[in-house]
Amino acid sequence: MRIKCPICGDRDMREFYYQGAAVMLDRPAPGAGDQVWDDYLHNRDNPAGDTRELWHHGAGCSEWVVVTRNTLTHQISHTALARDVKGASS
Amino acid sequence: MRFSALKILQQGLTGNKGWTHHWRDPQPKSEYDIVIIGGGGHGLATAYYLAKRHGLTNIAVLEKGYIGGGNVGRNTTIVRANYGMPGNSEFYSHSLKLWEGLEQDLNYNVMHSQRGIINLFHSDGQRDAFAWRGNAIRNQGDDAELLDRNDLRKMLPYLNFDNARFPVRGGLLQRRGGTARHDAVVWGLARGADQRGVDIIQNCEVTGIDIENGKVKGVQTSRGAIRAKKVGIVVAGRSGQVAAMAGMRLPIESHILQAFVTEGIKPAIDHVVSFGMGHFYISQSDKGGLVFGGDLDFYASYASRGNLPMMEHVMEAGMALMPAIGKAKVLRSWGGIMDMTPDGSPIIDKTHVDGLFIDCGWCYGGFKAVPGSGDCFAHLIATDTPHPAAARFRLDRFKTGVGLMDEEGTGSQHNLH
Repeated sequence: MRIKCPICGDRDMREFYYQGAAVMLDRPAPGAGDQVWDDYLHNRDNPAGDTRELWHHGAGCSEWVVVTRNTLTHQISHTALARDVKGASS
Repeated sequence: MRFSALKILQQGLTGNKGWTHHWRDPQPKSEYDIVIIGGGGHGLATAYYLAKRHGLTNIAVLEKGYIGGGNVGRNTTIVRANYGMPGNSEFYSHSLKLWEGLEQDLNYNVMHSQRGIINLFHSDGQRDAFAWRGNAIRNQGDDAELLDRNDLRKMLPYLNFDNARFPVRGGLLQRRGGTARHDAVVWGLARGADQRGVDIIQNCEVTGIDIENGKVKGVQTSRGAIRAKKVGIVVAGRSGQVAAMAGMRLPIESHILQAFVTEGIKPAIDHVVSFGMGHFYISQSDKGGLVFGGDLDFYASYASRGNLPMMEHVMEAGMALMPAIGKAKVLRSWGGIMDMTPDGSPIIDKTHVDGLFIDCGWCYGGFKAVPGSGDCFAHLIATDTPHPAAARFRLDRFKTGVGLMDEEGTGSQHNLH
């Protein structure tokens, strides 16, 4: 599997650290309640198909990358810098 | 048909024409008392123990593929009870005891082989941790022995004891650990459940779960609607999708775990050997193939296959530990879909829907749990109370933070186990 880092280009997956579902981009408010925090920390859609995840390009530019990847085929359809995605949504 | 040595002799002398199918292939009825979603090891064991222990036989096991085609055919067949944490400790102890009686119980040769499992250590700190774990195992009533380097040299002469990074200093041995023939386990359980009246329905995919006023009413399937008073979900890597049919979001992320087998060679490795520091473990099948695996690929996947970096990592670790195996050619590799929970431990619990139960989150340890999980899930479904050996496998432990079973001590968070 190769991941296209928006800064470094197409790179071997070994350069990246997998963080998990990109739900981590939307951190709830401290007082949002147990259920919201449980959903954020633990519960996952875990889709069989396209999913959005966070990968850290630790052995490259050290950017967090939002990767849209198909869990059935490992095909990556889109990558973007997490800070751009985060900036656009907030 | 009951299997026996006499039967084999009779059949051998009469052209083996008298063997019959091990289980029926029934049409699904429109209604059952209990529907089990998932005909893997855990689902079949659940149906078997519901029938055997609780006298409940109006049961259907619905399998979207065929018996033996899921994770039960995609593992490394290891059976052990060498856990340290309360919760896991009593559960796997219970499961191992069931394994020890399983062949007589099922009248089926599952080739359970208690050849011993050895976890290697390489430093003083690791030795202390294994001594602690061994004591925890013995306190649970199971067996564990701390071996030093000289003991190991006699048992495992082929190890590279003087590896520069991870010199082998000793190991923790559980003699009752070992392996079993994975296919035979499900075949035997399917036959045992079928003989007690359970309908095993293959090629029957569940497409919906019917819920009215907070109570389960049945399931929709690719072979029509089936009503049921109680429904159990036990679908391993697919837990997320099936639970979503009941409006649930689970604390599970499905990951890929690869394993490998070489061409058959003469008997060389007499035990299960686990090299935790290298993420490598190995045993030798009765056909002679070296069966080995490593760590997760560490990304969510339903592909049933992994990527090359982890393959390379596993091969490197194997070569570091036992250079001799480098001459054996790898025949096949496969990937199982692991239902990973944040703390790396399983869930057997009720759900928010009355009559709907769930058994999932087996991570990369599901095979050894087959009879224990079946027995405990059957107990929960039949009596509405948790089995004492699985009372800590609660679905809400992540939300409350109470009773987490983080066996590796790495934290209760996805991507750490």
